[in-house]
Amino acid sequence: MKLNERSLAFYATCDAPVDNAGFLYKKGGRHATYHRRWFVLRGNMLFYFEDAASREPVGVIILEGCTVELVEAAEEFAFAVRFAGTRARTYVLAAESQAAMEGWVKALSRASFDYLRLVVRELEQQLAAVRGAGSPALPQPQPLSPTLALPSTPALAPPLPRWPSALPPKENGCAVWSTEATLRPGSEPPPPPPRRRASAPHGPLDLAPFARLHECYGQEIRALRGQWLSSRVQP
Amino acid sequence: MRYNEKELQALSRQPAEMAAELGMRGPKKGSVLKRRLVKLVVNFLFYFRTDEAEPVGALLLERCRVTREEPGTFSISFVEDPERKYHFECSSEEQCQEWMEALRRASYEFMRRSLIFYRNEIRKVTGKDPLEQFGISEEARFQLSGLQA
Repeated sequence: MKLNERSLAFYATCDAPVDNAGFLYKKGGRHATYHRRWFVLRGNMLFYFEDAASREPVGVIILEGCTVELVEAAEEFAFAVRFAGTRARTYVLAAESQAAMEGWVKALSRASFDYLRLVVRELEQQLAAVRGAGSPALPQPQPLSPTLALPSTPALAPPLPRWPSALPPKENGCAVWSTEATLRPGSEPPPPPPRRRASAPHGPLDLAPFARLHECYGQEIRALRGQWLSSRVQP
Repeated sequence: MRYNEKELQALSRQPAEMAAELGMRGPKKGSVLKRRLVKLVVNFLFYFRTDEAEPVGALLLERCRVTREEPGTFSISFVEDPERKYHFECSSEEQCQEWMEALRRASYEFMRRSLIFYRNEIRKVTGKDPLEQFGISEEARFQLSGLQA
């Protein structure tokens, strides 16, 4: 498969702040030795360089659909980036300290585009809720554990019906959660109902260009999330 | 540059944000327009021969520029080399507009800016940081300082 490697290299070395960087030992293959490489995490791309001064990465690990786990290994502070699939590769990496290892595991488990999108969807919904309801209290969020193993995107659900523009408060998924959470303290809120259009065009989102764009981003994304949330295994 | 091609191929098989058959022309001089199935999945644009299951190629959509060309046509280029353009021909103005908007929003960096925007807006209304509930309020990737100039 062709890939725009030149642009990828520029993305790897551009001036913007990185999401994490440092030396890690990378296992070459199943029986290979570890090589010390300079790793740079940016977005959902984990680049690795010969050393910190290199202008071009040796390689990149694309971090979609992976899980990050601690592993038993001869190396101290080892962890693995594991992909699903029968002949998928598992990358075994080792940090140089406990703190570095923990930092990397946290950063890598939250690196996927899918994860970021989930958080953005959540915030978008919360913003609409606090603006619409006019109440300062935040609705109960869907818990997102830092080591959440994100599955590959599930199949699309059929298109969802539109909400009417004026929503009575109890129809709003967030309001339903809050009620249930107070009735049964300590229990996890149920997954939200499939996502619907949050508001009419001249509603609370009209002064938010991002919000309007996300609105247009499509029902598909909301359906995806609804489907994923209802199918995922509760921890 | 080495990359995990198998995982990229698996990604190309995921449900797409957008998919359509478009005319595509590569950036090299003298490139010919070809029919390709073009598929947007997270921040990658995959393109397939119309009868094949494996993509011919993929474009990572970071630091890219989406530009209107002739009517019904847009191009993707990258910040470091704006003259090197991938051209896409749509079947209508609406389709062209739809794709341009989707591609401009497709990058991880755009999504990150959205998050920071929503976070600040919620903070303004409620006085609370919505990321605290997820335990990610200190994550470097979600700080304002992480935004590109």
